[in-house]
Amino acid sequence: MEESKKVYWKGIEQLANNPEFVKNAHHEFAQPGPEEDLGHSRRDFLKMMGFGVSAVALAACEAPIRKAIPYVNKPVDIDPSLPNYYASSYINGGDYCSIVVKTREGRPIKIEGNALSAVTKGGTSAQVEASVLSLYDNARLRGPKIGKDKISWEDLDRQVISKLNEISGKGGQIRIVSNTILSPSTKAAIEKFKATYATTQVVQYDQTSAFGIAKANEESFGTAVIPSYDFSKAKVIVSIAADFIGSWISPIEFTKQYALTREVSEDKRDMSRHYQFESVLSITGANADHRIQIKPSEEGAVAVVLYNLLAGKAGKPVISGGVEKPYIAKAAEDLWANRGNALVVAGSNDKSVQVVINAINDLLGNYGTTIDLNTPVNYRQGDDVAMTNFVGELEGGKIDAVIFYNCNPVYDFPTGDKIAAGLKGVELSIATSYKEDETGTLAKYVAPDHHFLEAWNDAEPKKNHFSLGQPSITPIFKSRAAQESLLVWANEPKADYFEFVKNNWKSWFYKDQTFDFQSFWDKCLYDGVYELPATAAATAVTFAGNVGAAADAIASNYKAGTWELVIYESGNIGNGSQANNPLLQELPDPITKATWDHYVTVAPKDAKDIDFTESVTKYATITFNGKSVKLPMLVQPGQTPGTIGIPVGYGRTKAGKVADGIGQNIYPFVNLVNGSLNYTANVTFIPTSETYQIAQTQTHNTYMGRATVVQETSLSEFKDKNWDREFHPKVATWTDPEHKVAPGELSLWKGHEYNNHHWGMAIDLNTCTGCAACVVACNVENNVALVGREEVINRREMHWLRIDRYYSSDAPADDWRGVEVASENPDVVFQPMLCQHCNNAPCETVCPVAATTHSTEGLNQMTYNRCIGTRYCANNCPYKVRRFNWFKYHDNSQFEAANPAMNTDLGKMVLNPDVTVRSRGVMEKCSFCVQRIQAGKLTAKKERRPLKDGEVVTACSAACSTGAIVFGDINNPESKISKLLKIRPLDEKKPHSIDKVTDNPRAYQVLEEIGVKPNIWYLTKVRNKDTAKA
Amino acid sequence: MSSDSRFVPLVLKTDTEPNMIKHFTSTACKFFTLVLVFALISFNNYAQEISKDPAAINAGQALFNANCKACHRVQQKLVGPALAGVYDRTPSIDWIKSFVKNSSAVIASGEPYAVKLYNEYNKTQMTAFSSFKDEDIMNILAYIKAEADKPAPDAAAQTTPDGGGQPAANTGLPSTYLNVILVGMIIILILLLIVLGFLVSALKRFIDQKTLTEEDKEVVHPTVTTGSIFKSRGFVFIVVFLTAALGFKAVINGLYSVGVQQGYAPKQPIAFSHKIHAGQYEIDCKYCHVGVMKNKSATIPSVNICMNCHNQIKTGTITGDAEIGKIVKAYETNKPIEWVRIHNLPDLAYFNHAQHVNVAGVECQTCHGPIETMDVVRQHSLLTMGWCIDCHRKTDVNTKGNAYYDNLVEIHNQSKKTPMKVEDIGGLECSKCHY
Repeated sequence: MEESKKVYWKGIEQLANNPEFVKNAHHEFAQPGPEEDLGHSRRDFLKMMGFGVSAVALAACEAPIRKAIPYVNKPVDIDPSLPNYYASSYINGGDYCSIVVKTREGRPIKIEGNALSAVTKGGTSAQVEASVLSLYDNARLRGPKIGKDKISWEDLDRQVISKLNEISGKGGQIRIVSNTILSPSTKAAIEKFKATYATTQVVQYDQTSAFGIAKANEESFGTAVIPSYDFSKAKVIVSIAADFIGSWISPIEFTKQYALTREVSEDKRDMSRHYQFESVLSITGANADHRIQIKPSEEGAVAVVLYNLLAGKAGKPVISGGVEKPYIAKAAEDLWANRGNALVVAGSNDKSVQVVINAINDLLGNYGTTIDLNTPVNYRQGDDVAMTNFVGELEGGKIDAVIFYNCNPVYDFPTGDKIAAGLKGVELSIATSYKEDETGTLAKYVAPDHHFLEAWNDAEPKKNHFSLGQPSITPIFKSRAAQESLLVWANEPKADYFEFVKNNWKSWFYKDQTFDFQSFWDKCLYDGVYELPATAAATAVTFAGNVGAAADAIASNYKAGTWELVIYESGNIGNGSQANNPLLQELPDPITKATWDHYVTVAPKDAKDIDFTESVTKYATITFNGKSVKLPMLVQPGQTPGTIGIPVGYGRTKAGKVADGIGQNIYPFVNLVNGSLNYTANVTFIPTSETYQIAQTQTHNTYMGRATVVQETSLSEFKDKNWDREFHPKVATWTDPEHKVAPGELSLWKGHEYNNHHWGMAIDLNTCTGCAACVVACNVENNVALVGREEVINRREMHWLRIDRYYSSDAPADDWRGVEVASENPDVVFQPMLCQHCNNAPCETVCPVAATTHSTEGLNQMTYNRCIGTRYCANNCPYKVRRFNWFKYHDNSQFEAANPAMNTDLGKMVLNPDVTVRSRGVMEKCSFCVQRIQAGKLTAKKERRPLKDGEVVTACSAACSTGAIVFGDINNPESKISKLLKIRPLDEKKPHSIDKVTDNPRAYQVLEEIGVKPNIWYLTKVRNKDTAKA
Repeated sequence: MSSDSRFVPLVLKTDTEPNMIKHFTSTACKFFTLVLVFALISFNNYAQEISKDPAAINAGQALFNANCKACHRVQQKLVGPALAGVYDRTPSIDWIKSFVKNSSAVIASGEPYAVKLYNEYNKTQMTAFSSFKDEDIMNILAYIKAEADKPAPDAAAQTTPDGGGQPAANTGLPSTYLNVILVGMIIILILLLIVLGFLVSALKRFIDQKTLTEEDKEVVHPTVTTGSIFKSRGFVFIVVFLTAALGFKAVINGLYSVGVQQGYAPKQPIAFSHKIHAGQYEIDCKYCHVGVMKNKSATIPSVNICMNCHNQIKTGTITGDAEIGKIVKAYETNKPIEWVRIHNLPDLAYFNHAQHVNVAGVECQTCHGPIETMDVVRQHSLLTMGWCIDCHRKTDVNTKGNAYYDNLVEIHNQSKKTPMKVEDIGGLECSKCHY
């Protein structure tokens, strides 16, 4: 193209090119700005102010006077800076966990599992781990109240007693409404109350009821109980919509048992096979070998088909009904082949479905092996019929006094609105919840109970298994044990609940002991648990239920709908009782990875018409029985087409700053079917055009077939390959392109010498269920900031440990676009991802200020006070585990609602004093709990002995119920991790070099080929899939 | 070090002491039992020999320093009597044992020697050492006897004050002499300059009287005068540069000292003197700072520890009852004393006393300076990171008798001849102190 010779000018002055123009041409503005005319410009002002401020700052550098205030009388067992541990019990309604509470200077700061408990065996859950922050919730009640006004305990007691006397004198009805009561002493206290006020009745209900199971057992075996299940003995597990890892009955216990059957190694070559039939993808379904999509209305029908197939094999008559689904026949075959070592469970709360399940287990002879009716559990004692009757009586004005013992039925009972309306006509209403809630605000009197960490209590989660709860802090507010309130109101002379529990234990358990009671009591307190010898061994029972009638009831009760709704407990918020706990709100749901948001899950097939992008979704309106809610849609692979799922626990209105206003209350959609609460419904579902963004921490759903990230195989393939995993990355060398070597054999770096310890971690993808207890444990242990919904959307969540959830894809490996799309019904892998503590760490080489360096124990250290926030390290991290403090999250009113642990005086009590609270502008990441390593080493040094294996465990490893995370010293050949990984030095002559290889065929490292040599190994996920297609 | 565990029960004693006073009342029945006990005791009185074994003496010295020294000396009367010869003047060795273990019981029994002693010392009750075993008491006695039997130290040594430090200065030339010599030399130099100046001007005048060539005149009267040197660019540059460099250095030094509180000696709510307690009475540091062997913080003693002694000692040598009264008041009103914290590490630095004192065996004075000479405690050390690192570079790891280090020492000795420093086992790593 010919170059143009044309010249353009901006104005006449440029054309004239006079000297005035030439002088001004280089100025940014033609006219001098107004500030340049002033004697002192704005800039001068700023300069002077800047100088002034720095001068004042320098002059004021004399440090402020800090006080050191010792005790007047130092308590014997408190040493500043040394933690104390107390065994106790987590009791939240029917949810139970035996725990050990770590306290510092009299403040509980961390909860861990109690390994001495035969029930929970040291396991915890996200809910349990997070509950320590609920103790320091600002929404807690400061003392007793009458209406909205304060009242003294004495006045409250006087008024309540006189009203109770008046009511009982005229024969008025008194009710104590409660969630499941696990505590035998609480029950005894209620009995005392009943003895004084004879018209009292206790009504128990559960947010997620299992009333149908008890009713079915009454019909089948004559005892209305929920039996003990033992998943560890089951070689074949069939679950029909029972989320036994996430929320069903006793998930901590079941997770532990289940994991035992999922461990696989060269020495233990067998694992259980798990079939899951369900609508919403639960974490139980995500862990299953075969997951079959069904609609909620088909749960009973699937059970019937399974029964018929097994009855055919057993030569028994078949029953009518049922619907064909893939893999049922295969499941029946496997079950039959493993009679006596199988387990079939169903999540349905319908008596009829459970009767069929009982019949199946009876056919298989599972009673006495995997199911123990002689050791019933007490986790769910709610009586749906009694509670429904109570609501009717309340509405009819037949109740004169009601005491809500630590429950919130206005929010979490389906007919909560009727309770709220009925309460207005009740003469005396009392709530004992430790914090503000929807029911308490409507009650006339509020008599706040202690938080469980402040209170004495006991529990009987299972027959013959007892557990003590002891306070680990003096009550923070003017609260009083609810049981003590009941005893006071019952005019008991000695109303001290501690003495009451102690005396109960003395009369119940202190028999035939060779030592004095105090020793017995101390031992129980130390252990936290006490077990009576089993009264009767698990025995086979005779089934007396009517399967035919049950099948008929199923057929008539459930009709297919266009849109079928499943109401379920999510993995983070649970039933909503701890919704005001920001640790749980910010914890991504294990499956949907959503935080701080309520949503309705929709199958990808159904979502096709919805214009859905990665970041923005649309609302839908869901209507049932005249009630409707509007929620954003979340596309959920694995969801059965034609069904939708909504988690409970949201839509709180009186829970506190954290939870109020998030989502909708879905409990009113729970309905009565066959005499018990039914958590499914046929609804109308109308998508709207209104858009919304759900705060999700992971929006990329698949690992796109890259075996370098996730390695998985099936048990049969693994056996075929002679116990060798499929993928071994190799890299070519420049000397000979044909000669490829393992990446571990090459290095640009000189490496390190670890003469003392070499810390490493092994994570078993097989036993990791994705429950996320480790994430919360890490948050609490390491003072990880919570950032709130907006910042999660900005991808700035601070979690040091995240669980990546990957779906499989149907597309062939060479379809680059296709592999990004998850299957309709995908296999799921959970992969905990944290700092890999690379021996050749890419982050260390790019830090311009050496703020991240390597230790002589294999740790990748992060030094906050040296960091200047260039973020080069995060950019160079292949695992994306470094988190940057974009804001000052502490002492910042903008984050007070999301992060009370660093912003309110009360919340700050939960902080771990051994870990620095990071400030704005610095990078942070997993430290392998270096504070625990240092503390463990110091203990050993003080005792002048070598460090023992198992003395130092990271918070995540301690929290893991299944033992999927193993941490230890791989320099020590006797350590658990060394034995698990079969670790050995690459060069026998250099036992302390970084180069160590594993002989465990399942062990691999993520992104091994880039040669960063991580100190974390993952164990290949093995699925026990049936290879013959069904 | 091992004596640490014994402090704890001692500290707790104040809680139980009121109970002991109750024992006064129930004396009658105990009297007979005690008489019986004494009868038995007198029987084997001479069977017990005070050991001369050095091991026993050493063990006794440790126990004595940790437990007895607060109130007793061997040769000198303090709160309690001088202990030299105690084994001869008291009724029996067993009497000593029972008195040490629970003096109030012995006094309550009405045993005449104990009662006499009690009255003689203003009814001051000795703390009960119930955790002592008989052999512990025998070891202490062995130490006392060994000390008492030592020949009296010569007069010169006695006049030397405690603390030391002075003799070290005698080894070199006293600094005052050095200054005098320097000043003298400077004066001589100046005088020399003046004389030379006179000489030059005299010579100039002499030369000026002669006729000189232009070249020679230049030499005598150079155009480059002192004035022109001062005005020259080079000179101005050097002066400006030096001033700027010195100023810069002063600013940097100033900035480095920001937050460094070396020498910080704030006024405390109670004029507690370490010089009296740790210096004069030689009370072991660990007697009051009970946390130092096991905790992160050494802990400022709680009031009940003060009251172990100040239950009896109500007037001080300097301030009378004014300062001690504050402790008593705090104890009686149950109001804690708000001490001013002197050693302030930033929150980002983790320091653990147990690691340094218990494991490494570092003396308190290494960081806190001659605390036993301080009436008002001041921050002796810089407490900067450079100061920490410096020590970690120089200090050998205290590996003796500590099996934790066995493996490390073995590996270290394979490759190096020098002793293992803290630096060699990761003592300079960031996450040893920052996490």
